[in-house]
Amino acid sequence: MHKLLQDKPSETFFLLGNEAIARGAVEAGVAFAATYPGTPSSEISLNLFQMSRESDLYFEYSTNEKVALEVCAAAANCGVRTMCIMKHVGVNVAADALMTLAYVGVKGGLVIVSADDPYMFSSQNEQDNRYYGKLSGLPILEPSTIDEARRIVADAFELSESLKIPVIVRTTTRINHSTGGVVFGNIAPPKVGGGFERDPFNLVTVPAVSRSLHVKLLEKIARAEAMASSSEYNFIDGGGPFGIIANGVSFNYAKDAVRDLGVEERVRILRIGFSHPMPAELIGKFLAGCDKVLVVEEGEPYMEEAVRSIAQEAGYTLPIKGKGPELFSRLFEFDPQLVREKIAVYFGFSYTPPVKPDLSDIPELPQRPPNLCPGCGHRAVFFAVNTVTEGMEVVKPTDIGCYTLGFLPPLSAGDFLICMGSSTGTAGGFSRCANRKVISYIGDSTFFHSGIPGLINAVFNNHDMTLVILDNRTTAMTGHQPHPGVDMNAHGMAGYNRVSIESVVRGIGVEHVSIVKPYNLKKCMAALREAIGYKGVSVVIARQDCALQIKGTKKAAGRPFAVSERCKNHRTCINELACPAFYLEDNRVKIDAALCTGCSVCAQVCPEGAIVPVKEKNKQK
Amino acid sequence: MDVTRLIIVAVGGQGNLLASKVLGEAARASGVSVRMSEIHGMAQRGGVVESALVFGAAESTVISDGEADILVSFEPLEALRALRKCSEKTVLITNTKPLPPFTAATGRGTYPDMETIRSRIRAKTARLIEIDATALATGAGNVLSVNMVLLGALAATGLLPVTENAVRDAIRETTRKQFLETNLKAFELGGQAAK
Repeated sequence: MHKLLQDKPSETFFLLGNEAIARGAVEAGVAFAATYPGTPSSEISLNLFQMSRESDLYFEYSTNEKVALEVCAAAANCGVRTMCIMKHVGVNVAADALMTLAYVGVKGGLVIVSADDPYMFSSQNEQDNRYYGKLSGLPILEPSTIDEARRIVADAFELSESLKIPVIVRTTTRINHSTGGVVFGNIAPPKVGGGFERDPFNLVTVPAVSRSLHVKLLEKIARAEAMASSSEYNFIDGGGPFGIIANGVSFNYAKDAVRDLGVEERVRILRIGFSHPMPAELIGKFLAGCDKVLVVEEGEPYMEEAVRSIAQEAGYTLPIKGKGPELFSRLFEFDPQLVREKIAVYFGFSYTPPVKPDLSDIPELPQRPPNLCPGCGHRAVFFAVNTVTEGMEVVKPTDIGCYTLGFLPPLSAGDFLICMGSSTGTAGGFSRCANRKVISYIGDSTFFHSGIPGLINAVFNNHDMTLVILDNRTTAMTGHQPHPGVDMNAHGMAGYNRVSIESVVRGIGVEHVSIVKPYNLKKCMAALREAIGYKGVSVVIARQDCALQIKGTKKAAGRPFAVSERCKNHRTCINELACPAFYLEDNRVKIDAALCTGCSVCAQVCPEGAIVPVKEKNKQK
Repeated sequence: MDVTRLIIVAVGGQGNLLASKVLGEAARASGVSVRMSEIHGMAQRGGVVESALVFGAAESTVISDGEADILVSFEPLEALRALRKCSEKTVLITNTKPLPPFTAATGRGTYPDMETIRSRIRAKTARLIEIDATALATGAGNVLSVNMVLLGALAATGLLPVTENAVRDAIRETTRKQFLETNLKAFELGGQAAK
């Protein structure tokens, strides 16, 4: 049995934040869930996916976050308790659906998890999705601890059903990827709903309907604000004259700081866990008892702005600070020492900063960036493109996935990236303005996610571009989730269909389509040369199963290669392919047999033909 | 209860997250409050994996620069890189077997020599414990048990609020049965080397 399905109320388990969130949903009787994977949210979905295979829960990986939210919107409008999971930038993709779903509302509880990523550990920006609460009108709940994440998700379903609108649970990486004790509650039976009832004058958002729906949404926001002021997730800790208002993990840092500074008697902390609408009445009361207030929040001054506005309305003139040059930054994540120092500085508490080691005599250390794996088909494709375009002026928009890592030298496979799918859309602009040949890279999952409209645009507007689709048959970067191009039967899962990338591309009307196997460099380069020489839209589909996913299976390439005595130390292999299986020993290139997958690409690159398969079969199992 | 702050750094694939999980489980079973956080975005693609474990009465799951009581590194270069987390009170345990990053192999950076690593760490921390964890793991029968060797060394210092026996039990609970024997052997070898 899946560990999150265990019926063991009151027992404590040591869980990842994302596991606690999935457990919270199960305890609330979630019956339906959909997602597009994205760090730091991915393990929530992974656990729901696993549980769906041994319970009545319906779970799907949808093609993108907008589709996932639409799927969930319909389920929730059939009365089903539903969860939709995405990373913060995924909410941008889903935003069109989100904004009007807020008008239409739900029958069964719908919880949308937005996993924000301050410091951008694995994201392209660090946007603060609390503003989506303001923008859409939807309530936002934010946990501070792992156990609270479980409880808050379970309660979010209740809140959603009570207000009949979706509720956003906003986390940050330090909740999703932290681990702590979680006390299990009871598991409610899945709430499956009673089907769909037609109600077009409330559910079809033509202008006349939406005008009345917006009125209703404002009424719900007013009710939500009153609920926020009495919510158990907004509470006051301590009773001194100095006030701290904090949310999420910042609350933990503030609480530790107050104890470390020994100022428990002088500080009161208002923890905001129900952060949209902001609890105006509670904040007003809190401010009335304070001489001075500091708002501690990562990201934007979301609470600070609200607190100032509440104070202004009440006629309070006490100092309220948060973001500022001497205080907190809008950049990156906080840590305990930073929060301790700012609290001490602002309120004038005595404080001894930690003695940090003097690192001035540490030599410059070689970086250890994540790298494409040994045997990764992307590396072969990038090398092939680099070889074929040598001496040409090219621009290479790239996209989001493992292959983004190829932008580093020596492969240098990527010149522009803003969001999922942007490699196909931006290709149009570059083809008109950059005066260079455009070669775009996109992965298979990203192609389905949002690459297709850009490709259609390129065909219709007759842009001159080559799109290289790096088809590794999985959503690799986030942990090998399926996508519409994956053969689910091969993974032992029945009941799915499969969408062919080639058919989609041909169906769009791309006239120059080729399919290559990256490990065959010669043929791969020939196809690329022809595609790049074609005037108009050409597509090259490079098919190679993800080396990491097939490691140790029958599909793995074969026995490892080694460098023979014929090597004349050109180092084309190590300098231009840069496979992590290479290393230098006594100034000679060697291949780590434990890492080598036997893809043979380096053997094809070596000018001396010095890289050969090792004779004895000692494949790594 | 006092707070003990432990940082574990490793190269992706060295089993840092499992080691953290074992310690978390040992603490839970011993009734010691513990929270941890990990940055493992691309653990499987050769990047640096860092986990922070905070034992005792604190709410935070992250550890600021200069505030680690103990730092365990699975690789000597990464010990040096993580020195910012340490202070003159920190006990640092490192594996001595280098895993040079690819950048060093391609001439984009130079791997520092062991003597530099050793002298800088000694100068800036309270104590350096060096373990050839890779050799001991190989001796235990599985080169992949480097994590268990270092757990053994860490538990043997007595600096954690959990006993060696509690960690042993957690290894039995948490790690795969087929590797249990070599894991426990690696744990003992690490403990002996640290004493």
